[in-house]
Amino acid sequence: MSAFLHRYGSQIARLTFEHLWLTASAMLFASLIGLPLGILLTRQQRLARPVLAVANILQTIPSLALFGLLLPVPFLGDRAARLAIVALIGYALLPILRNTYAGILSVDPALIDVSNALGMKGLQRLVKVELPLAASVILAGLRTATVTCVGVATIAAAIGAGGLGELIFRGVASVDNGLVLAGAVPAALLALCADGVLGLLEKRLAVRR
Amino acid sequence: MATQDVEFAQVSFTVEGGRQLLSDISLRVEPGTTTALLGRSGSGKTTLLRTVNALVRPTSGRVLVGGQDVSKTDVIALRRGIGYVIQESGLFPHMSIERNVGMALELSGKPKAEIAARAAEMLQLVGLPEEMAKRFPWQLSGGQRQRVGLARALASDPEVLLMDEPFGALDPLTRAEMQTMLRDLLQRVGKTTLIVTHDLEEALYLADRVVLLEAGRIVANLAAHEVRESQNEAMRAYVAATHRGGAA
Repeated sequence: MSAFLHRYGSQIARLTFEHLWLTASAMLFASLIGLPLGILLTRQQRLARPVLAVANILQTIPSLALFGLLLPVPFLGDRAARLAIVALIGYALLPILRNTYAGILSVDPALIDVSNALGMKGLQRLVKVELPLAASVILAGLRTATVTCVGVATIAAAIGAGGLGELIFRGVASVDNGLVLAGAVPAALLALCADGVLGLLEKRLAVRR
Repeated sequence: MATQDVEFAQVSFTVEGGRQLLSDISLRVEPGTTTALLGRSGSGKTTLLRTVNALVRPTSGRVLVGGQDVSKTDVIALRRGIGYVIQESGLFPHMSIERNVGMALELSGKPKAEIAARAAEMLQLVGLPEEMAKRFPWQLSGGQRQRVGLARALASDPEVLLMDEPFGALDPLTRAEMQTMLRDLLQRVGKTTLIVTHDLEEALYLADRVVLLEAGRIVANLAAHEVRESQNEAMRAYVAATHRGGAA
């Protein structure tokens, strides 16, 4: 074991860092798109169905196929990491979008009524009432998206984007289970950690009624 | 004392699909008086109430507050001048009692110290101890929450107060306490008040005038003291329904 760690330790550390970087960048962009778009959908509900359908379809494309499909796209295809991040955004988008939309719409209509009757403007209502009350649902979406991203990011190694998938693919190619585990275990731990931390935050944000 | 009146001039409201919720309602609420809107569920009383703060826009006719046509007034300014109390209080569960009560002032950008002072004053007005300010809605009883709802509605010192079944969810004892408190309070602060209820006793106890609605129309409009002796058929039926179990 120690010999194994001695041999692969620094690689595992580097690839874990890469993996985190891929996931974090994808989550950042997915949130920047998903949160405002989810809010917009609650204001323009006619758009909700088609937009959620598109996000849903994105989610169902097998990840390996999506990476392959994006490969010939100019600009994206230039850099493997860039392409991987774009694909990951695609997977993270649906849970973020859906939970933002559903979370805001689940706010008690009586409270929306009272907010309006108090003379709140649209943005005030969003910031003071809707977002705080939807926060735990929105965070649950971010949590699902993060865990999905950590998992899908292992496939990114197939197109040379790096990350812990690299060890897994090498292990599979050389029929070396130790190497597969060296990639899979840290990836699983990352997912569990992200899930745990965001889960705690989600509980903290839940509003007692 | 309030100086603004509330007037409905031939107000009708039709929803999509053609169902008419309000038909040709004309009514005036004198400044500083209380009018109860009475009627069975679905008679349109809540809809009528909600036209005053423009939560409902009439299909035709006009609603005037202090002589100003509601549809031609800036809706934010209009609503900030009207207190609104609903059943189950509608308190924001993620905000302290103080922040709930001071929300109208927070929205108009008042400094924190002023908001806190006003909230304390309002809590006292509705008979709640000062230490309630730091608590959250879930820590209060139904009656206490409803008092906070009233305090919040009065915090911006509105001329007009709208109440939609404010005590509907409370047990009879708490309800009676709240009615006593409200009557006493209304006599002191003198708001132009519209209160929706289906409880005749509550209407008679709190209001100067009682307006009975049926299927979106006014079928009786009487001074409170005339109600029991009234020969109005609809009102007689309502009174009789209320006193079925009584000795009368």
